[in-house]
Amino acid sequence: MLCDDCGRREAVVHIVQIGPEGRKEKNLCEKCAAGYGEFMPEAQPKRNMSVDDFLKGMFRQPGEQEEKHRQEGEPLVLTCPNCGMSYADFQQTGKIGCSVCYGTFRRQLEPLLRRIHGTSTHSGKIPRRSGGTLELKQEIKRLRGELKEKVAQEEYEEAARLRDEVRALEQKLSAKEGGEAHV
Amino acid sequence: MSKDEVMKERHLSWLSGEGQDGDVVLMSRVRLARNLKQLPFPSRADFSQLLAVRTQVEQIVPSLSQGLEVEFAGLNMEELTPLERSVLIEKQLATPALMKNPQHREVLLAEDGQVSLMVNEDDHLRIQCLSPAFDLDTPLKKAFAIDDIIESQLDIAFDEKMGYLTAVPTNLGTGLRASVVLHLPGLVFTKNIGSVETIAPQLGLSIHSLYGEGQEAGGCLYEITNQLTMGFSEQALVENLKSAVREVVAHERKARKALALYMKDRLEDEVWRAYGTLRYARLLTEKETLELLSWVRLGMNLRLMEVGNPDCFGDILLVSRTHFLQNLAENENMSKNEIDRLRAEQVRKALLGKE
Repeated sequence: MLCDDCGRREAVVHIVQIGPEGRKEKNLCEKCAAGYGEFMPEAQPKRNMSVDDFLKGMFRQPGEQEEKHRQEGEPLVLTCPNCGMSYADFQQTGKIGCSVCYGTFRRQLEPLLRRIHGTSTHSGKIPRRSGGTLELKQEIKRLRGELKEKVAQEEYEEAARLRDEVRALEQKLSAKEGGEAHV
Repeated sequence: MSKDEVMKERHLSWLSGEGQDGDVVLMSRVRLARNLKQLPFPSRADFSQLLAVRTQVEQIVPSLSQGLEVEFAGLNMEELTPLERSVLIEKQLATPALMKNPQHREVLLAEDGQVSLMVNEDDHLRIQCLSPAFDLDTPLKKAFAIDDIIESQLDIAFDEKMGYLTAVPTNLGTGLRASVVLHLPGLVFTKNIGSVETIAPQLGLSIHSLYGEGQEAGGCLYEITNQLTMGFSEQALVENLKSAVREVVAHERKARKALALYMKDRLEDEVWRAYGTLRYARLLTEKETLELLSWVRLGMNLRLMEVGNPDCFGDILLVSRTHFLQNLAENENMSKNEIDRLRAEQVRKALLGKE
């Protein structure tokens, strides 16, 4: 069935208008139907709204970071040098192109990750090969956090122990990094 | 293990019903998402890149089977019929995402049926480990072991701050999805399932019905999964899920006890009627089978009845699936009547434990 108004597109919305002249039925396409004002229902979303759909919506809201970019006049058209994905592509699909994209779009993604996960820092399993010295670094970071806490709680003995531990690890780290540099 | 064996195998080792909290928890699952460095994720990769991923993963299979002491069989999605692909989904060995574009998509299955590696799904690699009943530690350990072998030979995409890089940002960090399938007739009939559904998101978990949505939730089967993947270690995420599941299990048992106490006659009647229908019906629909099966399982758990084959639950669950039946009959064009007939026949066999 074609649209009663434009007669070109397939009619997908069927409305009944009851006015002073009586009852009037109309079959409209989506475009013409939109002209009938706010009471028109939106096109029905799919029954199962997937996480992807939800994400797409979230990504489209400009983050604070993005606003800042705009004010500073930096170009917004970022594309990933590895796979050629632009941030706009990502906003449309909700999917990321390749592992390099995470580096390319880091500034845009981080606020988003905090919104989804409440954090943007990983603290779990680390691949031994590509993780590099991260295991040590994370441990040091964790201990430093603990150290700060202990100082705040005025538990100085415990704090001193942690400080020594951090120092030992830092030495290990610099030795490792130095060693790698020599190779 | 040939393709046909995988397709027609009637027994799912991860649904055996034995194990901790087996009266409520059917199975536990751990999934890890991993990607290779540099190569675009499957949704953006071209055929040559997808092939590159597949070849690289296939190369590590020998070391995997050595490390885990189990043989792997590769099922290439392109070589399967759409029906066979659907059977894999019904058996929880593959996901719909793997089937949409079958090119260079593959499932590597361990012989024991408890490990499946999905190649070029949403991510380059999804490591899935299953385990019967309530046991998340074994699959997690297994998944870690597989991951360790893989990362010792392939460069995995990882960022110091963001963790494992995945195609969808909701999996970022650990790339871990741990889930547990529960049978909750007690909570459904005492109408308490709603409160579990409301509480779950507050604990960073999601709960959804395994078959069908909302009111039509078939067979009182629910799956609980972790929602967050970042900021916590894998163990912490799994612990969180475990403690929530323990709580749900306790509530379910309480509800069952209450049912058995206050409605004993009615309950017994329902349970035996369900058994009678499963045992003698000549036509069974998918939905009806699930509902009846749920009653029978409840009856067995409450010791209201004994059944010839106490392990039959998983088997009946499988033969209730339409695609599995079609594949079993090697006929894609069965009428609904024929399918229902075959289903009833298979259910009878499974119930009595006969091949």
